[in-house]
Amino acid sequence: MTATTAAAAKSQGANNVRGWGRKEMAARLAQDIPEGWYVNLGIGIPLAVGDYIPADREVVLQSENGIVGMGPLQTRANLDTWIVNAGKQNVTLMKGAAMVSHSDSFAMIRGGHLDLCVLGSFEVAANGDFANWTTSLKSVPAVGGAMDLAVGAQRIWLIMEHTAKDGKPRLLEKCTMPLTAPSVVKRVYTNLAVVDITARGFELVEMNPEITFEALQERTGAKLHKKG
Amino acid sequence: MINKIVQKLADAMAGIKDGSTVLLGGFGAVGQPNQLLDALTEQGAKHLTVVANNAGTGRKGLAGLMAAGRVDKIICSFPRSAGSVVFEELQAAGKLELELVAQGTLAERIRAGGAGIPAFFTATAYGTYIGEGKEVREYDGRKYILERAIKADVALVEAWQADRWGNLRYRTSGRNFNPVMATAADLTIVQTQHIVELGELGPDDIHTPSIYVDRVIHIPYGDPPMAQPMD
Repeated sequence: MTATTAAAAKSQGANNVRGWGRKEMAARLAQDIPEGWYVNLGIGIPLAVGDYIPADREVVLQSENGIVGMGPLQTRANLDTWIVNAGKQNVTLMKGAAMVSHSDSFAMIRGGHLDLCVLGSFEVAANGDFANWTTSLKSVPAVGGAMDLAVGAQRIWLIMEHTAKDGKPRLLEKCTMPLTAPSVVKRVYTNLAVVDITARGFELVEMNPEITFEALQERTGAKLHKKG
Repeated sequence: MINKIVQKLADAMAGIKDGSTVLLGGFGAVGQPNQLLDALTEQGAKHLTVVANNAGTGRKGLAGLMAAGRVDKIICSFPRSAGSVVFEELQAAGKLELELVAQGTLAERIRAGGAGIPAFFTATAYGTYIGEGKEVREYDGRKYILERAIKADVALVEAWQADRWGNLRYRTSGRNFNPVMATAADLTIVQTQHIVELGELGPDDIHTPSIYVDRVIHIPYGDPPMAQPMD
């Protein structure tokens, strides 16, 4: 380690490293989706991933309320309020899109036909457990389609902040919040890193250039393995 | 001649009893049988169990029925959303029982009910709070929980087009839970934006065949509101 990076690592211990913004995280994830995949994007940051899929790459977006072939949000120029996505926004349909009922939509989800589902999350554990539907069971939670998507898609990738607002790690040995599903997450995209979940636990794929490995480990609640 | 079309909302609601289980189509602001729900509130049946994705927003439709004190229990996946004020008030007052179900499991429980299957195993919600206490079985190395089917007394459905037999066609996201709800009740009541002649809907274009439908009423209310602000 050079003197400069050592100093950076030390200062990072005290100061917050912002890392990638949400749009950059979405763009980074979009790079990894190959042509031909059928993908469900969860409500919130995951949905922004759709904006960064290159125009020359055909990826079909599924929305669990029954769209296979979802396009970008509507404008006043192409307004049709009969079309909504799972987040209840008015969206467009791609050429080739199909509409199905909720029972058909969840049959394709549960039946393993989605190549990928991207979800946001509060917490993820080194064994692939994740918690994204409620922070606590004290108030009445809403679950929606998260639990179905979590067990149905071929892969679950999460897009989330590496730490909570108070600096506590969100990548943990064990989740503290109510689980959405056990042992399903394959990859996590955060503001600080891209991390795979393997039999060894968290494995670093890529790191934000603003942070050192040591500082990243400090912000991670379980051992971070280097690849190989 | 078969004619399931009724002219008055009161006729559409005739015979719905206290204690009924009522299935509702609709997702967000689209495909909601709101005028049927207002008519059910008017009709007066009490101690209802409602099965729907959401628990109503604002003060009309499902929220109106709940605000009138007619609903004892709601089975749904997404009770809390922007504007679910009546649900939250009733919950806080301890006046409404909630059964929270994952959205896909909700759809499948109703599908099973309509298809004569009493229960099924699903991986959804295994190992979570919602799966607690349910029978677990392992198939091919994976764990599943047992879920029961839902059968109901009444289904309220919103369609885009209907004919006098009760064949239905939905419009884009207006389809949502409507077709599955139509299959699982003893009495399926449909409000439709358009009435068409028998034969106008082609055999390959009918989403819900008339066998599932009991009553149809023409309610041309127009388009759903815009979902988000637009430039």
